[in-house]
Amino acid sequence: MLVSLNWLQEYIDVSRYSPEELAEIITKTGIEVESVEPVAEEVTGVVVGYVQSCEQHPNADKLNLCQVDVGGETLQIVCGAPNVAEGQKVPVATPGAVLPGNFKIKKTKLRGEESNGMICSLQELGVDEKEVPKEFADGIFVFPEDVEVGANAISLLNLDDLIIELGLTPNRSDALSMAGVAYEVAAAIDGAYELADENVQTSDEKTEDHVSVVVEDSEANPYYGAFIIKDIQVGPSPLWMRNRLTAAGIRPINNVVDITNYVLMEYGQPLHAFDFDRFGSNTIVTRRAKDGEKMTTLDDQERTLKSDHLVITNGEKAHAIAGVMGGAESEVQDDTTTIILEAAFFHPSVVREASKDHGLRSESSTRFEKGVDPNRVERAGLRACELLAEYAGGTVLDGVVAHDELDRSEKQVTVNTNTINERLGTEINNEDIADIFRRLQFNYDQNGDEFHVSVPTRRGDITIFEDMLEEVARIYGYDNLPYTLPQGASQAGGLTLEQLLKRKVKAYFEGAGLHETITYSLTHKDKAQMLVSPEVKERSVSPVALAMPMSEDHGTLRLSMVPELLESLSYNVARKQENLAFYEVGTVFISEEEKVTKQPEEMLRASGALTGEWLSHPWQQEKKSVDFFVAKGILEGLSEQLDLPFTYEKTKLDHMHPGRTATVWVNGKVIGFVGQVHPKLQKQLGLKETYVFDVNLEVLIEDYKKEEKFQTIPRHPSVSRDIALVVDEHVTAGSIEATIGEAGSPLVKDVQVFDLYQGEHLDDGKKSLAFRLLYLDPLRTLKDQEVEETHNAILEAVKSQHQAELRG
Amino acid sequence: MKERLEELQQEALAKVEQANSVQGLKDVRVEYLGKKGPITEVLRGMGKLSKEERPVIGQLANDVRENIAQAIEKKQTSLEDEALEKQLEEESIDVTLPARPVKIGGPHLLTSIVEEIEDLFIGMGFEIKEGPEVETDYYNFEALNLPKGHPARDMQDSFYVTEELLMRTHTSPVQARTMGAKNGSEPVKMICPGKVYRRDTDDATHSHQFTQIEGLLVDKNVRMSDLKGVLNAFAKQMFGADREIRLRPSFFPFTEPSVEMDISCKVCGGKGCSVCKGTGWIEILGGGMVHPNVLEMAGYDPKEYSGFAFGMGPERIAMLKYGVDDIRHFYTNDIRFLEQYHKA
Repeated sequence: MLVSLNWLQEYIDVSRYSPEELAEIITKTGIEVESVEPVAEEVTGVVVGYVQSCEQHPNADKLNLCQVDVGGETLQIVCGAPNVAEGQKVPVATPGAVLPGNFKIKKTKLRGEESNGMICSLQELGVDEKEVPKEFADGIFVFPEDVEVGANAISLLNLDDLIIELGLTPNRSDALSMAGVAYEVAAAIDGAYELADENVQTSDEKTEDHVSVVVEDSEANPYYGAFIIKDIQVGPSPLWMRNRLTAAGIRPINNVVDITNYVLMEYGQPLHAFDFDRFGSNTIVTRRAKDGEKMTTLDDQERTLKSDHLVITNGEKAHAIAGVMGGAESEVQDDTTTIILEAAFFHPSVVREASKDHGLRSESSTRFEKGVDPNRVERAGLRACELLAEYAGGTVLDGVVAHDELDRSEKQVTVNTNTINERLGTEINNEDIADIFRRLQFNYDQNGDEFHVSVPTRRGDITIFEDMLEEVARIYGYDNLPYTLPQGASQAGGLTLEQLLKRKVKAYFEGAGLHETITYSLTHKDKAQMLVSPEVKERSVSPVALAMPMSEDHGTLRLSMVPELLESLSYNVARKQENLAFYEVGTVFISEEEKVTKQPEEMLRASGALTGEWLSHPWQQEKKSVDFFVAKGILEGLSEQLDLPFTYEKTKLDHMHPGRTATVWVNGKVIGFVGQVHPKLQKQLGLKETYVFDVNLEVLIEDYKKEEKFQTIPRHPSVSRDIALVVDEHVTAGSIEATIGEAGSPLVKDVQVFDLYQGEHLDDGKKSLAFRLLYLDPLRTLKDQEVEETHNAILEAVKSQHQAELRG
Repeated sequence: MKERLEELQQEALAKVEQANSVQGLKDVRVEYLGKKGPITEVLRGMGKLSKEERPVIGQLANDVRENIAQAIEKKQTSLEDEALEKQLEEESIDVTLPARPVKIGGPHLLTSIVEEIEDLFIGMGFEIKEGPEVETDYYNFEALNLPKGHPARDMQDSFYVTEELLMRTHTSPVQARTMGAKNGSEPVKMICPGKVYRRDTDDATHSHQFTQIEGLLVDKNVRMSDLKGVLNAFAKQMFGADREIRLRPSFFPFTEPSVEMDISCKVCGGKGCSVCKGTGWIEILGGGMVHPNVLEMAGYDPKEYSGFAFGMGPERIAMLKYGVDDIRHFYTNDIRFLEQYHKA
């Protein structure tokens, strides 16, 4: 809502505050002032000039040579505007004037003729293009004849006004009018304001003799009032009205339209004027539209209607979509002489539906959607009649023809001083509360501590005690509330084990060199199903998609974070950031239904993506690119952090390198995967060798057992033994390690691969793997013999289970 | 004999002095102190001496031995020191050469901010609650006093999955769920951080996905001044003790009265500048007293229980606190952005 300070000042005296102070007060009492800005850039030195003569420039076809009286002196001005003419009163920027954009006006010569100033268009004076009346859009502005020559043109055009922009919350539709703003400001500054009474002179002719009103759906349209105004002369509206509309951001059109718009801004009540002669009947029928019914609106668009919409008809044809937009057929035109003026109350939801369906949001629909003041509907009609009589030569017929089932009663809300203080933490007394209601202009009956308040119908947002509590609090001043702390029994706040572990896991990844990323949960439907861990894929029947996505790229919920992580890598690599290690902890969304009806399962997972160099220390010849074992190492670290052993099994997954991918297992179940991205996909994303992992964090957190017992530090020495085994190249290190672990139990505490060899001195298809075994009994020193026995048992086991041979 | 011993001592000390290697010193030791050395020899000839002379010469011989040994020892140490010094000299490095890098990652800025806020409220006795991102229409809207057709639903156009399921538009449903689980008889003191989704086109100030943290306290006798006190304590810790806070009226369907909280602008100190749009204040969060309908729907008697709730956007806080100029930075994961916020 744009509020002209000059206009507001006409209603309520705010001159004792600077605009900034006023803005601060309004903001603090309830309506946020978003900005206070001049209506136009500062302009100086522009006066009203009288064009005494206007002749063609001797040396230029399109220029005119004008003699302009600017009050006391006559200036010769060269003017190129097509609409300049003798006898006009026009805005003249005299030499020394400064126009918007710091454009300084100087005496000059144009094509050999002196030009001592400039006759201005509204745009040149800083008026927004879209608020310039059409008649002046392509030329200079022309004042009405009654302005004084030499007067300050800037004040006459209200270009020295300030505009206060209010950011209205949906409950405060009462402030969508200048009257509403004035009531609000009056309460805020404890000033005086009341909407003035309308004063209409009517003829003897009765409206009811010319028109009747039929309302078919009284719930959707509880009030419909029709006024008739004859003898209308369509022309420009008065300058002050045009100025106010311009300040409110509305383009002046003609007096009839301007008056309906002016009353809309003044009262917050939208009105509509039909050309009676073009309306086509004497009966106004408001009804639900028929499905598929068509009409052409003011903007010359053909609209197809639905039964949700309400239309104003002549008994047959729709002439307006109620509260949204009028029809082209009965639009007020230059030759219009008689109008039907509509003042109505349409149900907010009916207008909202129609406005939404047609994509039409107007000043009118916005107000109906939020609910207009029932006590101002008819008054607004009267106000418009008053103005039409005064500024459009109209003759107002006697009476309003109305369908009227409108509830105009005031809601009653009872409040109690004690309860108010209990809820606010204040010590406000009865007198202060009574004073607040006086400032708000709410009538009340007081009975000791109890106030029975009648809520004016303009404040439809107040219905219960808490609403009234807010009224009291805001006028009392939120600033004046004390600072207290809650009194209730205190509880120890803290993180749950899951939350703590989640933080630990993240801290681990970061300590391991990974950067945390956050990607979008909504992704492209193809990406949503890519690089999904096998145990997730197995359960997901179909990915969860939005009913109406804004774009395909963010239309489906992810089943894996890996694709978006790869996208992030790709983004960075394209910007020459090539060594990257990212992780994300977030949820994926699993639905086990073909067609989603239930909330999907949201599973917390951790994913990572690595590319480029892992370690680069060139001058000491240390350099390592990311590889499978770097990625696996990160998972192994996680396994150690959580004290849950992970095992790995080679696997094949779509979009992954078929030879370098493994599933990750914990306690006999698959919890994720790790491996190299398929080279084809790498290439597509502009990535070099890239490794990813994805694991289920929920399972890990569930399986996590915090060890709270002390384990004795072994005092006895351990014994280490090495074995080198030659095996078939397909035998995995992991399987041999497992065999060693079993056969070596309980003495073997650790097994480590320390060498892998293939090549010379070995048969084709064979490889040598060397293991270092650690024997330990924490309670005693081991004897050589028992180590020997276990070692032999291990050798037997690997020979029989893996056809391994001791390497000579 | 005495002369001979003194002569030997002089001779030996001179040789020790001259020795310039550990080996040379060893030779001197063998030559003079060895079993076949001249001093031993002198001692062997002691038999010829008188009883009176014997202990004198014996003592002298021992002194000479001792002196030589000490000299050798001293020289040895000095030679070793010299050698070590030389070795260390050779081992000298250019300390300005680059170090072997230690790989360190770090948290996302939003995580840091969320955790900072979590910790502040944990300190005030709040718990952290989480909930689903795909919510039911009931918990996302209806339980929060936003019945179907409510105009305020326009404020947050949402991503629906089905008629009844949508991407949550705020983390408030977690509050509704938490309250609902208490059977209307226990206090609630919680904050809920999480991702939320709205139907916005991504640009410098809008993101279809963003983060929210909301707080809720429900108990008997909760006052609006308590909300003011808690938010004040939070703001001073989060933004600095020198910042002022201001509450002003606002509107949310789930609170009444509603507030918006501003903090004094850090850039201009409240005088007004481009960051605060000339107002001297920066909007930081919204909140209010829990609407009686919300309490009632969660099973609380609004006559007996009252509460306050508030919500804020970590992206906005990050943008204000660090001057991040585009909300998309939080989701693009440009390493040059991520790394900036990894310092403690």
